[in-house]
Amino acid sequence: MNAYVGTPTSRVDGRAKVTGAAKYAGEFAADRLLRGFVVEATIPRGRISRLDTSEALKVKGVVDVLTHAHRPPLADKDDAWKDEVAPEKGSPFRPLYDDRIKFSGQPIALVVAEDWETAKFAASRIRIDYEEEAFATDLESERGKAAKVDQPHKPRGDAVAALARAAVRHEADYVIPSEHHNPMELYATTAVWDGSGRLAIYDKTQGVQNVQKFLCSVFGKKPDDLRVISPYVGGAFGSGLRPQYQVVLATMAALALKRSVRVVLTRRQMYGLGYRPMTIEHVALGASPDGTLDAVTHEAIAVTSCFEDFSRNDTGWGEQLYKSPNSRLSHKLVHLDVATPCDMRAPGAASGVCALECAMDELAVALKLDPIELRLKCYSDRDQSEDLPYTSKQLRQCYARGAEAFGWARRNPAPRSMRDGKELVGWGMATGVWEALQMPVAVRIVLTANGHAEVSCAASDIGTGTYTIVAQVAADALGLPIENISVRLADSTLPQAPVEGGSWMAASSAHAVLGAAEDIRQELARLAKAMPDSPLADLDAAKVTLVDGMIASNDTNGAAVSIADVMHHSKLERIEKEKLNQFAEDKSHARNTHSAVFAEVKVDEQLGVIRVTRVVSAVAAGRILNTKTGRSQIMGGVVWGIGMALHEETLMDHRFGRIMNANIAEYHIPVNADIHDVDVIFVDEPDDRINRLGIKGLGEIGIVGVPAAIANAVYHATGKRIRRFPITLDKLLE
Amino acid sequence: MNNFQYSRASDIADAIRLLAVDPSAKLIAGGTNLIDLMKENVERPSRLIDISHLPLRDIEETADGGLRIGALVPNSDLAYHPMIEQRYPLLASAILAGASAQLRNMASVGGNLMQRTRCAYFYDTATPCNKRSPGTGCSALDGLNRNHAILGTSRFCIATNPSDMSVALAALGALVHIAGPTGARTVALTDFHRLPDDKPHLDTILGSGEVITAIELPPRGFARNYSYLKIRDRLSYAFALVSVAAALELEGNAISEARLALGGVAHKPWRSLEVEAALRGQAATPDHFGHAADLLLQGATAHSHNGFKIELARRAIVRTLMQATSATPQSQSHKKIA
Repeated sequence: MNAYVGTPTSRVDGRAKVTGAAKYAGEFAADRLLRGFVVEATIPRGRISRLDTSEALKVKGVVDVLTHAHRPPLADKDDAWKDEVAPEKGSPFRPLYDDRIKFSGQPIALVVAEDWETAKFAASRIRIDYEEEAFATDLESERGKAAKVDQPHKPRGDAVAALARAAVRHEADYVIPSEHHNPMELYATTAVWDGSGRLAIYDKTQGVQNVQKFLCSVFGKKPDDLRVISPYVGGAFGSGLRPQYQVVLATMAALALKRSVRVVLTRRQMYGLGYRPMTIEHVALGASPDGTLDAVTHEAIAVTSCFEDFSRNDTGWGEQLYKSPNSRLSHKLVHLDVATPCDMRAPGAASGVCALECAMDELAVALKLDPIELRLKCYSDRDQSEDLPYTSKQLRQCYARGAEAFGWARRNPAPRSMRDGKELVGWGMATGVWEALQMPVAVRIVLTANGHAEVSCAASDIGTGTYTIVAQVAADALGLPIENISVRLADSTLPQAPVEGGSWMAASSAHAVLGAAEDIRQELARLAKAMPDSPLADLDAAKVTLVDGMIASNDTNGAAVSIADVMHHSKLERIEKEKLNQFAEDKSHARNTHSAVFAEVKVDEQLGVIRVTRVVSAVAAGRILNTKTGRSQIMGGVVWGIGMALHEETLMDHRFGRIMNANIAEYHIPVNADIHDVDVIFVDEPDDRINRLGIKGLGEIGIVGVPAAIANAVYHATGKRIRRFPITLDKLLE
Repeated sequence: MNNFQYSRASDIADAIRLLAVDPSAKLIAGGTNLIDLMKENVERPSRLIDISHLPLRDIEETADGGLRIGALVPNSDLAYHPMIEQRYPLLASAILAGASAQLRNMASVGGNLMQRTRCAYFYDTATPCNKRSPGTGCSALDGLNRNHAILGTSRFCIATNPSDMSVALAALGALVHIAGPTGARTVALTDFHRLPDDKPHLDTILGSGEVITAIELPPRGFARNYSYLKIRDRLSYAFALVSVAAALELEGNAISEARLALGGVAHKPWRSLEVEAALRGQAATPDHFGHAADLLLQGATAHSHNGFKIELARRAIVRTLMQATSATPQSQSHKKIA
């Protein structure tokens, strides 16, 4: 029965969110709650030679100032600081660990006071002297120091030779700046001391169990000592995959002072966390005159910190999209005196596919081919990196449906050929691709005799709609109205879940719900058969369905028993089943989502002002669990893609090694005026191999391809190819 | 944030007295800029003197047919006031080009004149800035200066004035009424803000203990041929890279009176009487407007990242004057540039 799955079900937590009933990490109350304020380093590299807290401690209301010289013990081995998504190589950052400064904005003290204003004021009374050291923060000037990291893909053929002999070549650098996530909710932790040494830690995170294990390891605590809870998250986009430093500081202060402590970062301090690393993406394509691709090389040079090797798959996406007998991919890192980057929506793909898809557009121009035609000529039915077929790949349909909805056939291919009054009109397109991953997740369902079910899991809902889709899948599987399902998420004591990220949570959690519901159904069937005079007595327990509060035979004889009766007869108030869903490892197929993105820009010819007037995103992502939250996901990705194309850039002054636009007035993201028509099309993509429900996940795919589609549209409008993002109007005036 | 005292002024004289006895006190009305600066430890006033309740909220006609606008009129109320919409639509348009609805609701007219530069170095206490800490140096000169001034700069400061409203007020020839310990005085809006010279910490000519009480608009409103065009990095809620306030009186196609002021290019709204005089008597054509732009931008100097502003300003001036000529002013709600 599918009363809910596949429908535009409204968010089950929507009302709580818009009325303020939903509580976020920084909103939980506690008796005698202390507030912490973070003091940051203002230099990028060196040592603290003096940290004088005496004046701060004299401020009335200040309880303590924690520093590297005054804090509870912390683990001293790197392994203890490695959370489940930490980079493999490196030494994770340890707040207040020692006197070393590794990046500007690093936390170096926590002022703890009876109220936040007092803590903030006292923070300004702390005197810090540094022994400054030479530093470097500029990727472009340090490009020569780039060092190769392990290649995710083996080279295929001889791309260098193939490029050299190619009839048509395109080769360029695309520069994508560092970008910060800027979720609306600030990073916050409220650590509640219960009087016995145990802490309930309300934290903004994408993974409560990851944070819980990390804190236990850092503070040498037992699992029962620390419980991490994160019922709602006001946006994270990858920034909350790793435990952030405020949870360490709040926990540290609560343990040291034996009181409840809340630490909320300021917007400026949010720029001391992870970010999308700046990359220089070098792409070279070689083709024959008919548009057959012969060589693809893609080298990404990315920023990382001096203490961790953070790298993502920027360069491998061409292997999925375009048939080429020769390819060479490499990823290099430059170690700079900055914070470690982290995942940000479609990490690797948002940047790498942007470069690849701009390059494909440039190649299409060189070949005098329509950009879609070139992509269809090179269309790959197999993932070339492992030479695998796909569980499903309806990218051709994305091109066709997207082009039709957009009116692509009416495009005049010549740059500067279309206009609307004083504005040049440009139409551009690009392809998007992301992974369809699945992770082990456990779910517990408690069915009560009153026909209500509670579904619980440690997974977070970072605003993506996990509460809602879990309720939908459970309602269908248990044959109950969705109002009778309550969902509990994001408590470390609940059944196991990984961090919410990588677009894997929808498929993973939905199948865990199916598994637990299946066990409930079997239990009910067994009990129903055992009832006196049961109409289901002779039935195969596997051949019943839960529907409308009944256990019904799948046969057409109409035999059914009410769940309430079964439980009453069995003298059961509740049936509880917990199931860990493990996806069978299937290395025989590649699993990906795809999209085709079409963008219209209008550019004021004289002034260079760019408006993105239309975007059509046609997405193939298997079965869509919820067409309403799904559409929102894609729209959000499109909006972000517009920002990536035109607005977003973390600006650092390399003389100071400091980020100079660490606020959302000067760090530009799109505002309402920047967003016009956004049309989302879900292409039908049946997939009975990937998982039972045919789900792939939508978290990331929405942004991939959007920046390139816009950049390509700007080229079509103006004849100017801007390869350094964001495309601001000054670059068009040059 | 610093600790500070709070006083509620009982009247204007009380505000002047409180200011005069404490040079590090600050007036607060809407607080839309001051509070931000206090949170960043850029402003550290010893005392906030609250004037938000004082009776400076009237908009009334003056004897000569102009308008007198109380210093505490909220920006939104001013933009939507029928007399402003009908007689001074250039001012209404400029106000609506600035900030967000929420900020305009809080911000006062006097406070708008007093808002400080958005130079990133001014805001970051970890970097040198002559405006914030005189004598420490100007980080923007050789730093991130894409948003910075091209006109009237000094080697001490290249910050811009961020106000949109002030640009229209400059073009309209507005006056600023000031009350102080030694009595009242009136200055032209164009003389109210300073150039940075060697004292960039001083944004305005306001002396110790002085309070803005009103803005006065002369009778001439240019309600037919005007436009305010703001060019920025996104289509709303961003400070101007360049903005232009243009107002004309036309006889046929001949210019009988012209007003032209620029925002986002200098430490103050940039207006030149000489340029306006040169336009008078000319035909309203793109060529003549281009000459006027060249004249107004004479002496413009580029720093490492803001050279584009010179050509952008030139083009924006011509476009805005053409919008004014054709009586098709730039809409502040529809972002397509007319």
